[in-house]
Amino acid sequence: MAAILSISDLRKSYDGGFEALKGVSLDIDEGEILALLGPNGAGKTTLISTVCGIISPTSGSVKVGGHCTLSDFRAARSLIGLVPQEINLEPFEKVINSVRFSRGLFGKPRNEALIEDILRKLSLWDKRNSQVKELSGGMKRRVLIAKALAHEPRVLFLDEPTAGVDVELRKDMWEVVRELKANGVTIILTTHYIEEAEAIADRVGVIANGEILLVKDKDELMTQLGQKQLCVHLSAPISDVPASLAAHALELNAEGDALIYTYDTRGERTGITSLLNDVAAAGLVLADVSTRQSSLEDIFVGLVSGDKA
Amino acid sequence: MNLTAIWSIYRFEMTRFFRTLFQSFLSPVLSTSLYFVVFGAAIGSRIDQVDGIDYGAFIVPGLIMLSVMTQSISNASFGIYFPKFIGTIYELLSAPVSFLEIVLGYVGAAATKALFIGVVILATSSLFVDLSIAHPMAMVLFLLLTCLSFALMGFIIGIWAKNFEQLQLVPLLVVTPLVFLGGSFYSISMLPPIWQKVTLFNPVVYLISGFRWSFFGTSDVPVGLSLLAIGGFTLACLCVIWWIFKTGWRIRE
Ligand SMILES: Nc1ncnc2c1ncn2[C@@H]1O[C@H](COP(=O)(O)OP(=O)(O)OP(=O)(O)O)[C@@H](O)[C@H]1O
Ligand SMILES: [Mg+2]
Repeated sequence: MAAILSISDLRKSYDGGFEALKGVSLDIDEGEILALLGPNGAGKTTLISTVCGIISPTSGSVKVGGHCTLSDFRAARSLIGLVPQEINLEPFEKVINSVRFSRGLFGKPRNEALIEDILRKLSLWDKRNSQVKELSGGMKRRVLIAKALAHEPRVLFLDEPTAGVDVELRKDMWEVVRELKANGVTIILTTHYIEEAEAIADRVGVIANGEILLVKDKDELMTQLGQKQLCVHLSAPISDVPASLAAHALELNAEGDALIYTYDTRGERTGITSLLNDVAAAGLVLADVSTRQSSLEDIFVGLVSGDKA
Repeated sequence: MNLTAIWSIYRFEMTRFFRTLFQSFLSPVLSTSLYFVVFGAAIGSRIDQVDGIDYGAFIVPGLIMLSVMTQSISNASFGIYFPKFIGTIYELLSAPVSFLEIVLGYVGAAATKALFIGVVILATSSLFVDLSIAHPMAMVLFLLLTCLSFALMGFIIGIWAKNFEQLQLVPLLVVTPLVFLGGSFYSISMLPPIWQKVTLFNPVVYLISGFRWSFFGTSDVPVGLSLLAIGGFTLACLCVIWWIFKTGWRIRE
């Protein structure tokens, strides 16, 4: 698939001289969902704002659908929809007018059926004639999403779309995202909820201190970097790991009734067979065996803290 | 040119105006009536004629200019400052619209509102005094140009302002004094000779004089000079706006 968004060596220094983006390069394929993870202040919002034209880059270039965001800004921007992190809405305007305005701003002719459809999907139709200030925080966030969808973007940026949205509506929101993806819309989202990235993204990018640390296919990332833990539950607690098992680098849990073996799924051999043989030879009786795959969160925390070290 | 976008901005701004239509309508009617009570009846009864015109009628063009200028500036400056303040400017910046289109939308709406208020004042005035307009075409032209150029200036102020105090600062410290000292309520010929010279440095004098000429056919300064002044002022504002557009000053980080 061709890259619909192509960022090359993008740098941004803010007025104070602070470098928020230190040469970010990233290609995003048409139709994929990319989740950007990173701690507070990593540069996620700066990256998105630079691509969308809210912030001027210090250097580097961005192409959307082959159009440069600076020299051919009209063509580039008409493809982009943005849901900002901050809830920025005109408080006195009616919901539906605010959404219509967004469509008009992008030069699209009126399409009431489309706007109704968007508002219904986001459960805002009943509130269409309310003033924005009368809505709850989660509803306001959905108004932002409706505004971004109003001009039928091909690339959608969601900057922490689920912050302050309850579980039920979060599900609805992911339903909308899946539907957009089914229609070929490319989606870039940032989130602090790693389960979300894990559940919805095709690829995951990790950004910290203005640099992309990695971008990987989610499944590949999970298996490649994923560590698994094998937990051997014992029928009777022991006080120490038997000396004959020292070679396996086992940990004993606090209760003394389980041995924890951490291994890398990337490894040629996991060492499970020999471990279990040795456990039996040591005369231990097994009650149960379980494994646990590390989540994206574990990977993410490992990467970010590793970077700081 | 993204005409739909210009129209969208214009409409969005005008709905703000229509939401408060009653206030927008009432306040100029009320203030005009007050001016007539104070200046027309109380003071005017002692002055009776200026340049051969009834004082009550004489102040009408000045009154209109006073409101139109301040309204153009405050509408346009608030119009663009508000999105900056509440953050909705992100939408303008990320939309496929050029700065020119943004200017046209906001300035157009601000000028329309000011024009509306100018017309309301004119209509209210005609209830108090007999008015005849000697050069209606010129009157409309002066009115339109004033709305436009002061809305442009207001737009610049709105972009420049970093807080609400600054937003009020220029209108309060510069525009209001210039307008009051620009001959809204008196003819320059009534001033002592030295002040007659000094006052010529006030650009507003030319606008009010020209506008008054379109009503009564008499003016403090030649009409051509008035047109030149307002043309020059519009051009200056356009240049500043073009520069802002080029540099992204105070809009884009
Ligand atoms: N206007 C600005 N002027 C100066 N520095 C800024 C500005 N905006 C952001 N920064 C700095 O740039 C860095 C990146 O900020 P950014 O908002 O992109 O982070 P983020 O990854 O979106 O964080 P979060 O998860 O908290 O939203 C931060 O250190 C921030 O302080
Ligand atoms: Mg952010």
